[in-house]
Amino acid sequence: MAKVSKDEISYLDEIVRKHSTKPGPLMPVLHDVQKTFGCVSYEAQKYLSKKLNISCSEIYSVITFYSQFSVKPRGKYSIGVCMGTACYVKGSQRILDKVFSLLNVGIGETTPDGLFTIAPTRCLGDCSKAPALMIGDEVYSNLSVDSVEDIIDKYR
Amino acid sequence: MDKNTLNDIKNDTLNSVSFSSPKTHKKEVRRVLRNCDVIDALSITEYIARDGYFALYQVLKSYKPQGVIEIISSSGLRGRGGGGFPTGLKWNFAYQNESENKYIICNADEGDPGAFMDRSILEKDPHSVIEGMIIAGYAVGANMGYVYIRAEYPVAAKNLQIAIDSAKDNKILGKNIFESNFDFDVEIRLGAGAFVCGEETALIASIEGKRGMPNIKPPYPAKNGLFKSPTIINNVETLANVPQIILNGADWFREVGTDDSPGTKVFALAGKIKNGGLIEVPMGITLGEIIDDIGGGVFNNRRFKAALTGGPSGGCLTYKHVNEKIDFDNLTLLGSMMGSGGMIVLDDTDCMVDIAWFYLDFTVDESCGKCTPCREGTKRMYGILDKITKGDGTLYDLEKLERLAYTVKNTSLCGLGKTAPNPVLSTIKNFRDEYISHIENLRCESGVCYNLCYYFVNSDCTGCTKCARNCPVSCISGDVRELHVIDQESCIKCGACLRVCPAGAIEVR
Repeated sequence: MAKVSKDEISYLDEIVRKHSTKPGPLMPVLHDVQKTFGCVSYEAQKYLSKKLNISCSEIYSVITFYSQFSVKPRGKYSIGVCMGTACYVKGSQRILDKVFSLLNVGIGETTPDGLFTIAPTRCLGDCSKAPALMIGDEVYSNLSVDSVEDIIDKYR
Repeated sequence: MDKNTLNDIKNDTLNSVSFSSPKTHKKEVRRVLRNCDVIDALSITEYIARDGYFALYQVLKSYKPQGVIEIISSSGLRGRGGGGFPTGLKWNFAYQNESENKYIICNADEGDPGAFMDRSILEKDPHSVIEGMIIAGYAVGANMGYVYIRAEYPVAAKNLQIAIDSAKDNKILGKNIFESNFDFDVEIRLGAGAFVCGEETALIASIEGKRGMPNIKPPYPAKNGLFKSPTIINNVETLANVPQIILNGADWFREVGTDDSPGTKVFALAGKIKNGGLIEVPMGITLGEIIDDIGGGVFNNRRFKAALTGGPSGGCLTYKHVNEKIDFDNLTLLGSMMGSGGMIVLDDTDCMVDIAWFYLDFTVDESCGKCTPCREGTKRMYGILDKITKGDGTLYDLEKLERLAYTVKNTSLCGLGKTAPNPVLSTIKNFRDEYISHIENLRCESGVCYNLCYYFVNSDCTGCTKCARNCPVSCISGDVRELHVIDQESCIKCGACLRVCPAGAIEVR
């Protein structure tokens, strides 16, 4: 198993330093690691375990509990088609099917070029403008099946 | 900072900025949303200009903690997160439990799919929540507050952080607020995509850095909560109500609403409705007033079928309920739930069995797996619903589904499991005929369940032949300018005809 590189260690140290004085530091640390590296790898978990004095198994259990964290790297952009109730009744399943067919991958999978990951998404809170999808931090609403391709093409 | 400085800021800002009042329906009463789309959310001075932080000043300078709790208690404010527990009573528990550390948590983990009240308040008026938290902290004797906010709401978290920083710069947050010797600090903690973390004890576990799994209550968080200290967890909307109650008094708060549910409630009106969006209405308003008067009726003039309230924990209200009052107790009585305030309107093209399936799909996914009834029971219920929507269900399945629903409801550990069967029970109660139709007639009248719906050409057909030319399996027949017919045996339900028909003559039933 590969070791964490020096560069990565300096990032991890920085993140741990930022949060270690807080009570209950694990979640904020994991958020920052996920954001910086696109995942929390096994190696990073081992390193964090020593630094935070929390067992590897506990860190792993937390990562796998929450859908925002992942062990495997995610694509550059995460695409989430909102599957909230308002979007669902306004046809978000068709939008999701369109995204599947455009990218040729399923939920939780990453495209071979490493650009997109389809993330399971519940509600983006844009219900009055349903259906909606989110790419990165950008939310697109009032979608139609035909508009999806143009939106995704913007990120290619 | 003292009152004169606050007044100076207020007057200076009022001289330089003119606030416009947003368009609202005459049946709305804007209290919690009073600043939304009126002030610049990131400007603390504009918040102060709208009497912001005056309530806090008043509390710190002239009230004892018991005094604050008394006002909140007599106002009758109930938790806006869904349960409707009296806020004053909750605060009093935490106040009476002596401890070195106490905490205030603002629950902004708005997981209910179809609700966006908390997001809007945090994005557009973050200071009102901070002020509410400081007042709550003073009342119960807490010096630290956490806002637990969904990671899916990056803008709300950003705006709130800016608001926290500017409150700190103005010495409204931090040590010795308004020279009163009271210290209070607020920190944001991001959720990580787990619906169950909206449950109090799961939320606490999550902040502590554990898996967000609930614990048995009692002990309640007000006694033994975050880091084993007394903790108050209030919803965003509840906290945003607090400064207003302090400024205007408990009697003012009770001027609108019902005796048992005073005040207003913010709803996120969405789905098949003409004017969707956030609305704030007095408690006790009827369903019909919300949908027809404020919402402008159902989209595309279709027939109103149901309104879903309470999200995956709630149920549905139908046309029979349009004159029913919307408040905490009445909704529970009708087999639904207030929830955090999401209201999704459905029309006759929505299938209620499919909606129940949709919510169960959600709860199966979000069940934390700790207790067996919820982990296994919801999965089995989902399996039965899946069978029914695919046309493989039997009447015995329906009976089993109902029985299982009651078992899960009565035996689950936390609120998620206890309320997960509600959408199933409520749709069976109000739309049993739809379930029967799926099972006995193998038909989904709304045209949603793929296996159970069929394509028809109605009399609007002009005989343009477009559908026949586009059908990939050539199952549509008919002469030019004659009514066309779809051969049900060969139809693959691809929907190509529906999309190309210029006369809108293709129906799915």
